[in-house]
Amino acid sequence: MLSYSFDFSFLMTTWPAFMRGAWQTILLAGSSIAIGFIVALVCAIIRSGKNKFASGLVGAYVEVIRNTPLLVQIFIVYFGLPSLGLKLSAETAAVIALVINTGAYGSEIIRAGIESIAKGQLEAAECLGLNKFQVYWHIILIPAVERVYPALSSQFVLLMLSSSITSQISAQELTAEANLIQSETFRSFEVYLIVAAIYLALSVLFRVVLWAIGEVAFVRRRKLRT
Amino acid sequence: MSVNEAAGTRPRNEAVPGAEPIIVVDNVSKNFGPLQVLHGVSLEIQRGTMVAIVGRSGSGKSTLLRCINALEEINGGSIKVCGHPVSMSDRASVKRLRSEVGMVFQSYNLFPHLTVLRNITLALTAVQKKSRADADAIAHKVLGLVGLGDKAEAFPEQLSGGQAQRVAIARSLALSPKVLLFDEVTSALDPELTGEVLKVMEDLARDGMTMVLVTHEMAFARRVADIVVFMHQGKVWEAGPPAEIFADPKTPELRQFLSSGL
Repeated sequence: MLSYSFDFSFLMTTWPAFMRGAWQTILLAGSSIAIGFIVALVCAIIRSGKNKFASGLVGAYVEVIRNTPLLVQIFIVYFGLPSLGLKLSAETAAVIALVINTGAYGSEIIRAGIESIAKGQLEAAECLGLNKFQVYWHIILIPAVERVYPALSSQFVLLMLSSSITSQISAQELTAEANLIQSETFRSFEVYLIVAAIYLALSVLFRVVLWAIGEVAFVRRRKLRT
Repeated sequence: MSVNEAAGTRPRNEAVPGAEPIIVVDNVSKNFGPLQVLHGVSLEIQRGTMVAIVGRSGSGKSTLLRCINALEEINGGSIKVCGHPVSMSDRASVKRLRSEVGMVFQSYNLFPHLTVLRNITLALTAVQKKSRADADAIAHKVLGLVGLGDKAEAFPEQLSGGQAQRVAIARSLALSPKVLLFDEVTSALDPELTGEVLKVMEDLARDGMTMVLVTHEMAFARRVADIVVFMHQGKVWEAGPPAEIFADPKTPELRQFLSSGL
């Protein structure tokens, strides 16, 4: 039973495919994170805003997304939307589904940050003469995102890992490449061990990049190491 | 009630006779739901004077201060600052008020994500549209005034309470307001830190800044204020120079207040 002998020789010919897959995952996850962050930010602003109708609408969106499987969301975008005449490439569908998904989770994280800003902060800013937009930007949004940035980073790394699910609609990414290699070499164990190692490396890479972005964006983090 | 005659034995900022008061509160009432907090408060504050508002918790003193600065909508009467009526619904009037009045809070309300310097320059650049260099120069000047010239690059969490409150004062001061409002600014401080904040306020008073403070520091009010206003049950109960207020209280309520807390 334990007589399995590992054979990684297929790597000699397939490593470019692994690298291509890793790069595609970086692009897929990177663009989903960038767009997803903006969606999350806008949703958090609306959700914590005064407009009850808009806030309720975003709330419904968040709850629906958080209470249904990502795979089903991906299938709806990829297989469902064409019925409405919207034919999407697998990659576009993957990005859309991942953005919708991370937008919902991210907005809840940012909303928590927004709601953690003390009322006194807003009054102090108003008393200094800042207008509503300036107060929102300088005193609410920037500190809110700064405060929840670690949680947001984790969410984004999770999104990168979740992007492997888009292999189910044959989006071009690491897991899909691995599936292909595995079907040609029949070395499933080795292929997925390698894929796991690459995902691990990608996680580290994403964390480092997100950390660096935080260092640049938030002076206090840089200065105080908080 | 007119409270504009400055007097006393110590040198005080004399009100200019016949000059228009810088703040006129006329018969102001304010309620929070069914709870009436201010009952027809009238008060005139002269340019260059320090007015200390004292009274028990719940007497309406902080609410009055917040009404003057358009942080609370009043339900009756009128308030004028620098000759302009204060109205929360009139954005232009609020904007002008913000340029004329600075306010310092009990809880400092420094912006935690900004350095001391950026706390001060934010409004200078965002509101007054000054250049970074001009704003920095002003910030360093006001930090010098409150004795914190070396803290420009610190973050609020690295300051003691007394230092934080002095930064908050400097932040208001940087905008060159005509009036500074202080809402129990030493109430959150240890006694040894209270002194450094009061010292800054005393310096400002000596330089002729118009100041209105809600305070529990009776000794400070007695020594430095030009006028002491005693509020009770949402009304100005008694007001006058500290010498009169402290030495010769006219009402039993003030007498009781003075004997209870000191």
